[in-house]
Amino acid sequence: MKFHKRLLRAEPSFRLLSKLWRISWLYVLLICTLAGIGYVTLYSAGGGTPYPFAAPQAARFAVGLVLMITVAMLPPKMLVRISGPLYVLSIILLVAVLRMGHVGKGAERWLMIGGLQIQPSEYAKVALVLVLASWFHRISYARMGNPLWLLPPAFLVLLPVALVLKEPNLGTAVIIGGIGAAMFFAAGMRLWLITLLLLPMPYLAKFAYAHLHDYQRARITTFLNPESDPLGAGYNIIQSKIALGSGGMWGQGYLHGSQGQLNFLPEKQTDFIFTMIAEEWGYVGAVTVIGLLLVLILGGMLMAIRSRNRFGRLVALGISMNFFLYCLVNLSMVMGAIPVGGVPLPLVSYGGSAMLNVMLGFGLLLSTWVHRDSHFGDSENQDQA
Amino acid sequence: MRLRRRRRESNRLMPIKNQKDPGRGVFTRRALLFMAVQAGALGELAHKLYQLQIKDGDRYARMAASNRVSKRYLAPPRGRIMDRYGVALANNKENWRALLMPEETTDVSGTIERFSTIIPLDERDRARIAREMRHQRRFVPVMLRDFLSWEEMARIELNAPSLPGVLIDVGTRRVYPEGELLAHLIGYVAPPNERDVARSALLALPGMRVGRAGVEQSQDEKLRGTAGSVEMEVNSVGRVMSELNRVEGMPGGEIGLTIDRGLQQKVLARIGEQTASAVVMDCRNGEVLAMVSTPSFDPSLFDSGVSHTQWIEWTNNERTPLINKAVAGVYPPGSTFKPAVAMAGLQSGLFSPTDRVFCPGHLDVGGTRFHCWSRWGHGSVDLHQALKYSCDVYFYEMARRVGMDRIAEAAHKFGLGTPLDIELPHTRTGLIPTPTWRQSHHHHWNGGDTIVSGIGQGFVQVTPLQLATYTSRLATGRAVQPHLIRSMNGDLGPEASPEHWPMLDMPDTYLAALRGGMFAVVNEPHGTAPKARLDLPGITMAGKTGSAQVRRVSRAQRESGHFNSANLPWEYRPHALFICFAPYDAPRYAVSVVIEHGNTGADAAAPLARDIMTDTLLRDPVNHLTPPPESVANADTPDADTPE
Repeated sequence: MKFHKRLLRAEPSFRLLSKLWRISWLYVLLICTLAGIGYVTLYSAGGGTPYPFAAPQAARFAVGLVLMITVAMLPPKMLVRISGPLYVLSIILLVAVLRMGHVGKGAERWLMIGGLQIQPSEYAKVALVLVLASWFHRISYARMGNPLWLLPPAFLVLLPVALVLKEPNLGTAVIIGGIGAAMFFAAGMRLWLITLLLLPMPYLAKFAYAHLHDYQRARITTFLNPESDPLGAGYNIIQSKIALGSGGMWGQGYLHGSQGQLNFLPEKQTDFIFTMIAEEWGYVGAVTVIGLLLVLILGGMLMAIRSRNRFGRLVALGISMNFFLYCLVNLSMVMGAIPVGGVPLPLVSYGGSAMLNVMLGFGLLLSTWVHRDSHFGDSENQDQA
Repeated sequence: MRLRRRRRESNRLMPIKNQKDPGRGVFTRRALLFMAVQAGALGELAHKLYQLQIKDGDRYARMAASNRVSKRYLAPPRGRIMDRYGVALANNKENWRALLMPEETTDVSGTIERFSTIIPLDERDRARIAREMRHQRRFVPVMLRDFLSWEEMARIELNAPSLPGVLIDVGTRRVYPEGELLAHLIGYVAPPNERDVARSALLALPGMRVGRAGVEQSQDEKLRGTAGSVEMEVNSVGRVMSELNRVEGMPGGEIGLTIDRGLQQKVLARIGEQTASAVVMDCRNGEVLAMVSTPSFDPSLFDSGVSHTQWIEWTNNERTPLINKAVAGVYPPGSTFKPAVAMAGLQSGLFSPTDRVFCPGHLDVGGTRFHCWSRWGHGSVDLHQALKYSCDVYFYEMARRVGMDRIAEAAHKFGLGTPLDIELPHTRTGLIPTPTWRQSHHHHWNGGDTIVSGIGQGFVQVTPLQLATYTSRLATGRAVQPHLIRSMNGDLGPEASPEHWPMLDMPDTYLAALRGGMFAVVNEPHGTAPKARLDLPGITMAGKTGSAQVRRVSRAQRESGHFNSANLPWEYRPHALFICFAPYDAPRYAVSVVIEHGNTGADAAAPLARDIMTDTLLRDPVNHLTPPPESVANADTPDADTPE
């Protein structure tokens, strides 16, 4: 064993192999398991055939896997360097999508670039994580106490939030804001400042509600009382709840979920894929999936804690938080606990853009793990970074 | 290389306090807080999922099943109604309808306009179509017109290209081949209203009808049958994926009535234009062989909806065509009540058939004078004579001594003033007044009330059907109940046998005395109804006349000496009644006749009853399993005397 590791480190040409070795392959296996569950469920959503959902999704996952491993190899120094340009690019894309994006179902907006559908808001999240981590990495922990140093990152968060809100995609905007807030908090924002900022929140919420779009308000009202409009806005929630409930403990059986197979379930391959799992595999299957997701999230957080550099810690936390918020919003949505908004279940739902983004995020996460012991650019020698 | 070096330095997994790396401790604490929040949030979701999937699982599973399964009902055909020989009296006929599927046309109002140029639609049709359009979903067809003829159908088919969404559908309609003849008995059907549909989902099916009168109403549930259903698996847009389950419905029951259609026809012909009702009953078992109430109405008008003017005309008619007078018309029985009073007298022990009462033409009680119909009086009469002459004073005296409660008891036993078990809706009970009844209405019961009740006047009110039942019970001594339903799906009920009916609690000698008196009414010299004598060899009939005043005869009129009620306006004339049974020695048929404002029972009702009885005896429906040929039935029938 020792010899084996020494062999890998012996020559510079082996450095890549050594890095590969440091990847947490258990974590990769977990990711593959969830993607496998996604494949199996999409096979059922396609009516028991690999097309139109399962096979393309598998291909995308393969691409995503390569992307993830590649990104995992990138050293943090390089990530810090490209974070700024990436962020600028994501903002440009967000502006572009507002100008000439395609609108799908009122919420998601995407750009067609070379035959690829790109959802800029997804890339913006990753770029934001990187740029915030870079910023907090550069300003030392000591400067966290000075609100002036927090103004630029706050602007970095609010700009994409405002642009995504304008799309308008409330769900993603909330997630972006949530990621930003989590990173501020984890980076060591002082508690007195947090308290000061939280105080005017209720008034802001009131103001925000007044500026919501009609369809967004409709979501909130139907969320509060879904049965009020069973064939209209509340239809999705009711049908989803019916599907969940009819799954029972052990489910209706694979390929035999009546709600999903008979198309009562809307968006069963994307937003409501968890419902389909719960219908066909029952509570046992659904809780297994929730458990796997939680293991991925907590694993990411542990990686963050373990990292010996501030940048890695914050990137890992931001990515894990992103993944967690994704899961939380999607699962709450299909259970009727929050208003419906086009947020897919990461790794499992059908969709290329989302899949590649998730894998990109995991690549960054694994990169922090691979470089967990790097002391690059610590606060005392930040000028070198 | 740096990587390698650093790696060796890090032995602790989570350094909480690190001077070289300030902020790591804060980060770790806060990250752990995040992890707790994340685990808690997903745990909460798992708990909510437990609520949804396990706790409320059954409810949602049921909702999923109803989502998936679309149940469609198959309308059962309504049962037919037939007479005792199987002649259809209410039948189902194919009904061609034009339906519009709003989904399949882009221009609904345009299609309706073009349709109306081919098949005219009146205002009511248009209003109904507009109403249905508003309430129904786009894939539920709306009925444009029904009862299409072949020719109209052909015209629609020919213009099909310009009528997108219009389709022809076959349903059934209810037809009454005998029309007015049996309208009161059979009743009619009408489309169900919203309250009916709320009570039974089956009625929401297109083409279902609800009985609104007569046997159609009273036997509605049996005639309706049960709906079949097909359960189909459908997808979210309602397309049928597979048939899961099919339950065949039960067609409605086929009801055989006790009515003899041929006899009914003859009775109606005998009554002619008079406003009258007549009931012919098998007095041994209570089967109603004919029940006529005139004038009548055309029941088929109800299936498609009665026009307002027609309805107004019916309801304003003083001859009340919509009311079945045989069960819902109440009349003072007049002298036909006297046998019941006599039975009360005999059973009280205060009178024996041979006891005599002197009739001077009036009876004075408490300063009031009660007149006999004969100004000169009948002298000393016993029960036989009292019935034969219909002597009022004898029955005044009897009622006075026996008391109203005993009279009411006997009358009730005979079926008068009591609810009968006839299978018809909207029947009336009539009334035998008693002091208790009078007091319950906060009035004092006078002795005079008892006395006038003794001759079937005052508050006494009965229906023609009760009169026929009374006659049957008198003739056979059995407590028969009148009934109209003879068989259900071909099975005879137990009511057909006379032994089914218990004997009345009345001594046979008393009944014989009453029958004898009624025999004398028709057959002995000076009886009140010589016109009722049968012209058939070997058969005699017994009967009792009755004339019921609808208006008090004033003292001035009475004393003027030449008062004749026939000169009164129609609506003030007395009702003419007659009850009878035959053959006298072995009673089989009972007949009751009430002619509204027919003046006197002896002159108007008795000949009519005799004719009806003659027809009945000649047809003898009780002893025939098939209807007798018309020619035989018509043979030797004496011409009816024209009633006044």
